[in-house]
Amino acid sequence: MLATLGKRLVTVIPTLIGVIIVTFLLTRVLPGDPAVYFAGPAATPESIAEIRKSLGLDRPLPEQFAHYVNDLAHGNFGSSLSTGRPVATEITSRLPASAELTLVGLILSLAIAVPLGILAAVKQGSWIDHACRIVATGGVSLPVFFTGLLLVYAFYYLLGWAPAPIGRLDAFSSAPAQVTGFYLIDSLIALDFETFRASLSQLILPAFTLGIFSLAPIARMTRASMLAVLASDFVRTARASGLNDRTVIITYAFRNAMLPVVTTLGMVFSFLLGANVLVEKVFAWPGIGSYAVEALLQSDFAPVQGFVLAMAVLYVTLNLLIDIMYGVIDPRVRLEG
Amino acid sequence: MKRRDFLKSASAAAVGVAAPAIFSPARAQRAETLLLVTENGPNNLDIHGVGTNRPGYEASWNCYDRLITHAKKTLPDGSVSYDRDKFEPELAEDMKVGDMSVTFRLKKSAKFQDGTPVTANDVKWSFDRSVTVGGFPTVQMKAGSLEKPEQFVAVDDSTFRVDFLKKNSLTLPDLAVIVPSVYNAGLLKKHATDKDPWALEYTKTNTAGSGAYKVTSWKPGVETVYERNDAWVGGKLPQLKRVIWRTIPSSGNRRALMERGDADISFDLPAKDFTELKKEAKLKLISNPIGNGMYSVELNVKSPPFNNEKVRQAVAYAIPYQKIVDAAMFGHAAPLFGGKSNDASDIAWPRPTGYATDIAKAKELMAASGAGEIDTTISFDLGDGVNSEPIAILIQESLAQIGIKTAINKVPGANWRSEMAKKSMPLMVNFFSGWLDYPEYFFFWCYSGQNAIFNTPSYVDKDMDVLIDGAYAAAAANEKDKYAADVKGFVSKAFREVPRIPLFQPYLNVATQKNISGYAYWFHRQVDYRSIVKG
Repeated sequence: MLATLGKRLVTVIPTLIGVIIVTFLLTRVLPGDPAVYFAGPAATPESIAEIRKSLGLDRPLPEQFAHYVNDLAHGNFGSSLSTGRPVATEITSRLPASAELTLVGLILSLAIAVPLGILAAVKQGSWIDHACRIVATGGVSLPVFFTGLLLVYAFYYLLGWAPAPIGRLDAFSSAPAQVTGFYLIDSLIALDFETFRASLSQLILPAFTLGIFSLAPIARMTRASMLAVLASDFVRTARASGLNDRTVIITYAFRNAMLPVVTTLGMVFSFLLGANVLVEKVFAWPGIGSYAVEALLQSDFAPVQGFVLAMAVLYVTLNLLIDIMYGVIDPRVRLEG
Repeated sequence: MKRRDFLKSASAAAVGVAAPAIFSPARAQRAETLLLVTENGPNNLDIHGVGTNRPGYEASWNCYDRLITHAKKTLPDGSVSYDRDKFEPELAEDMKVGDMSVTFRLKKSAKFQDGTPVTANDVKWSFDRSVTVGGFPTVQMKAGSLEKPEQFVAVDDSTFRVDFLKKNSLTLPDLAVIVPSVYNAGLLKKHATDKDPWALEYTKTNTAGSGAYKVTSWKPGVETVYERNDAWVGGKLPQLKRVIWRTIPSSGNRRALMERGDADISFDLPAKDFTELKKEAKLKLISNPIGNGMYSVELNVKSPPFNNEKVRQAVAYAIPYQKIVDAAMFGHAAPLFGGKSNDASDIAWPRPTGYATDIAKAKELMAASGAGEIDTTISFDLGDGVNSEPIAILIQESLAQIGIKTAINKVPGANWRSEMAKKSMPLMVNFFSGWLDYPEYFFFWCYSGQNAIFNTPSYVDKDMDVLIDGAYAAAAANEKDKYAADVKGFVSKAFREVPRIPLFQPYLNVATQKNISGYAYWFHRQVDYRSIVKG
């Protein structure tokens, strides 16, 4: 097991080297001159040249690249010009915010989509099947920022049930001591239930926004794979043996139908993590997606490179985890190098 | 008083009295804390830093002191603005202007936030820093002929002198902008390294001044939290103990926060939100024209077709000015068109040109120019797309009527400055404003032969330079008539030859809750927390 894990990890290395080279080159090819941007108003050619020199942009590309790789090897991701802080610090402080939001969104989505998908498959053609189709189609065709704004308008502006959409905590609460970076977990560790409640209430709307968006693939995949499994011989045998519906559907059918669902889940998770920029913008969520986009708009190289690198590492880890989960769910699939 | 009103006010009073007993700690905290929301937050707390953005100027303004600052005045509409022509001491106790120097005596009781006294050596170090670090601060100091460290002399611990390189009427105003802030030299020298002799890394994330506020927590892109410095001597102690400044990117949410009463101030509102909120009348809305600033259409005079003066004038007559003000700014802008004539009758600036929409006249001028059919592009900064895009579309539509076909070129915000620097865009919609509110300052950047980045038309003209230099010299020598003649001269010339066609002067819009007062408009277009009062 460990040996196969090691082997898989080795294959990751060329991927990462590729990512490093490509992001470096891409950010250099992008139009826009950071020196001119950061020289600010009233810049003169001399002041732009001064800034270019202080950013090291006047040196040849290979030299800049060697510098960059050397810094990476020392764990230095460089500093963001737009936020003025080291990229590594920014990513470690922002990644948990995005991850917490995405995870909660995904859990909400699972809690709705999986039962819905199962019911739709079991009662194929019934009203619940149609409901599943409508919910899934609706969820995927509403753009996230629109759902987000709609939820804010209804639950904050009109009804006043949800708190103001101003990030992870309201302005007058303070963040719990950082352990995991997940406010829900950190506040529980600190036994600070007030903060737990505050951060949970901030989380609900954006998490639902993401959840609604990711409902569709999960519900459709659950339904499709349940249908296939329900039509198979072993289910017929189980029914013929007089097992009750519950045991047949949950214990036998669902477990076998889970593999494609888990695959979809992995894809949806990684997709959401990168793509929830819009939700982060709407809810002023200090996540990693909005950080990267802002950096990109300002030709701020270091954060973009750091973001792509962090994402690449995350995707690789996630894929590895999913491969391992396959083995747990289905003994027929074991890691075999 | 009607019975119903009485009941309302009585119950409101009862709540006001009873509630503090129940919620006193939280309420007291909220009452002394300001929650400010804006679209962007600072990227650097120090204006001397590399590439500090405009919100960063706000942090510098509130956390550091200058030797002198501007007095304030109430405008005819009741809003408060800085007074361009009146100076007040801030860190200095008094100021003596000599022939070729100005001498300041520092307030003896002034202390930095770490408790060390403010001395003339700190001021000298800070001024040296601003003229040596390069980039924006150095250029800004140059505008007031403040260029060399030798100009700054610490006479003794509490006396500081600035020697003039030459007479320049902008020297004093330039000492009251944000750049010549006074830094804690002793503290910063400890954080200086060989690579970073001015400790820019430290001040990027820490404030080291004597100002009324200090930043206690800063999460870039999320929030900046300030605490009051109770030992401040630069002016009257501010009422607000704490200021929380949150970044809320979505303008819809900023508006919702204001309407629900959760935020105290929303700064720099889009014109659309401003006009709508004003109608609803639930909030206090303040709006001031941006001094020395205008949106304009700029034409590259270096190459055809806009090197032809008649073509430029034709464009100036073809622009649908009123439609632009109505559609892009929702009617909320000061028009800079439709004046009596292109000849300036006084030195007011910005002022309307003599152009107005007149397609027939534009066609006539086009025919007289002999330019024929024109195919070109109209560019704008996508970072300002909210305003610039509708303007560009309206102009495109209108120019088609006089035989000028235009394709729209949207330039991403990050590239706008470098595109401007290239000076290759033939036709563009652009905004410029100068901190120092003097016409010659605007012309120095936008029309003079130095061909600065803001002179996007690349307009270079010897007679124009004589007029601009003449105005500078006359202002320095205090020759009022000569000054007025030169200003009128260059404004009229600029309007006749129209390398840039003024459209309108935009407003800076602010919404506050009804219990907030004391907001003042400043030339730097950021919020000064020191005068704001809550409750």
